[in-house]
Amino acid sequence: MDHIVLVGASAAGLTAADTLRREGFTGTLSLVGDELRIPYDRPPLSKQVLAGDWEPHRSALRREADLQQLRMDLRLGCRATGLDTAERVVTLADGDRLGYDGLIIATGLRPRHLPFGHDLAGVHVLRTLDETLTLRAQLQAGPRVVVIGAGFLGSEIAATTRGLGLDVTLVDVEATPLARQVGTFVGGLVADMHRDHGVRLCMGRHVTGMSGEDGRVTAVTLDDGTRLPADVVVVAIGSVPATEWLAGSGIPLGDGVLCDRTCQAAPRVYAAGDVANWPHPAAGGRVRLEQRTNATQQAITAARNLLSGPEQAVPYTPVPFGWTDLYYTKIQTCGWCPSDATVDIVDGDPEAHRFVALYKVDGRVVGALGWNNARALRAYRSQLAVSVAA
Amino acid sequence: MKILIDEGKCVGAGTCVLAAADVFDQRDEDGIVVLLDDDPPHALLPQVMDAAARCPALAIEVVE
Repeated sequence: MDHIVLVGASAAGLTAADTLRREGFTGTLSLVGDELRIPYDRPPLSKQVLAGDWEPHRSALRREADLQQLRMDLRLGCRATGLDTAERVVTLADGDRLGYDGLIIATGLRPRHLPFGHDLAGVHVLRTLDETLTLRAQLQAGPRVVVIGAGFLGSEIAATTRGLGLDVTLVDVEATPLARQVGTFVGGLVADMHRDHGVRLCMGRHVTGMSGEDGRVTAVTLDDGTRLPADVVVVAIGSVPATEWLAGSGIPLGDGVLCDRTCQAAPRVYAAGDVANWPHPAAGGRVRLEQRTNATQQAITAARNLLSGPEQAVPYTPVPFGWTDLYYTKIQTCGWCPSDATVDIVDGDPEAHRFVALYKVDGRVVGALGWNNARALRAYRSQLAVSVAA
Repeated sequence: MKILIDEGKCVGAGTCVLAAADVFDQRDEDGIVVLLDDDPPHALLPQVMDAAARCPALAIEVVE
């Protein structure tokens, strides 16, 4: 194999590059990314970077010197626009065509938008570093902030902006924050925490419209008629896999790039990170994980499998792991924490703001959640690993 | 081999402990990484490199 192309220059793409070099690949390595900035990490964006505690360069995934050591043909500010798997060519927005012997797709996600409001100044999404810096600049005027969507990202943005002393309202269609991610028991504890810190919650409410004046947002309207005055609105209602460029390529697409259990989507084509969808034996079907840890772990497996060839490729069967930081609380999950699971506290006490909860479906443990209890959670993670392997 | 830790970046995922339990642990109170051995035997290098590669916060630097 002489030329490997990696499309997507974030955590998964860069980890794949690292892995290929560490495993001895000496050929040409092209890394294509649609942003101009050198690759950076996303978890700090909604926290340290948005708060202004970290300057942007601290979120860089590699120092310049380390990037150079990877000896890459780095194509930043350049979008991949098409793929021909028969000719083995990736086409780029600047007209270039990159031939490949191996390809790893790591194009991640694009934020979902509401059907209205995004044409108004003051209405933001947060996925990129530039979007974060734009939002951060807007927060310096001390505005009234409405965050739409109380999943991980929306909850973090609400906590961070409240930490800056701003007037913050958090809106979601679910009964509690994080309801879809970890269920309403833990979601209720998160709701209490937001209220204790002075965030206004509007749960179980749909946003029906936004109004503006002179092209700038002034209010968000809810389905019960509530009108929330707003100078800044952040829409955090989830994301969709960035696969438009693969339309017509023959790569199987659904909720992301549909891979086999070894992360292979077509001969010599693998996918990793937020965009990859593959069958996981412990999940009983296909999964796609939007977790930072998955970007790294899956990229390592995909890169190794690409080099080893399909005969030696190993299945990718991770124990999913994610985390969020809200105020002074770290919440970590491993395995699956579905909203319909039974939740048992097995260590510590929610009253003491430190515990581990096990999630059971049909009497079987499928996941664990740690609340300010990282070290204790690790023991349960290992148990889940055994049950995945069994 | 020298191992450098950036505690300010560590997110307490514990991935390093799963990769190299002889070298890394976590503080009980907040899960932040604890270095058990800042100059481990060379035989552990593959595990330590794997721990650094898998750290979701890039908080571990290995100087060979």
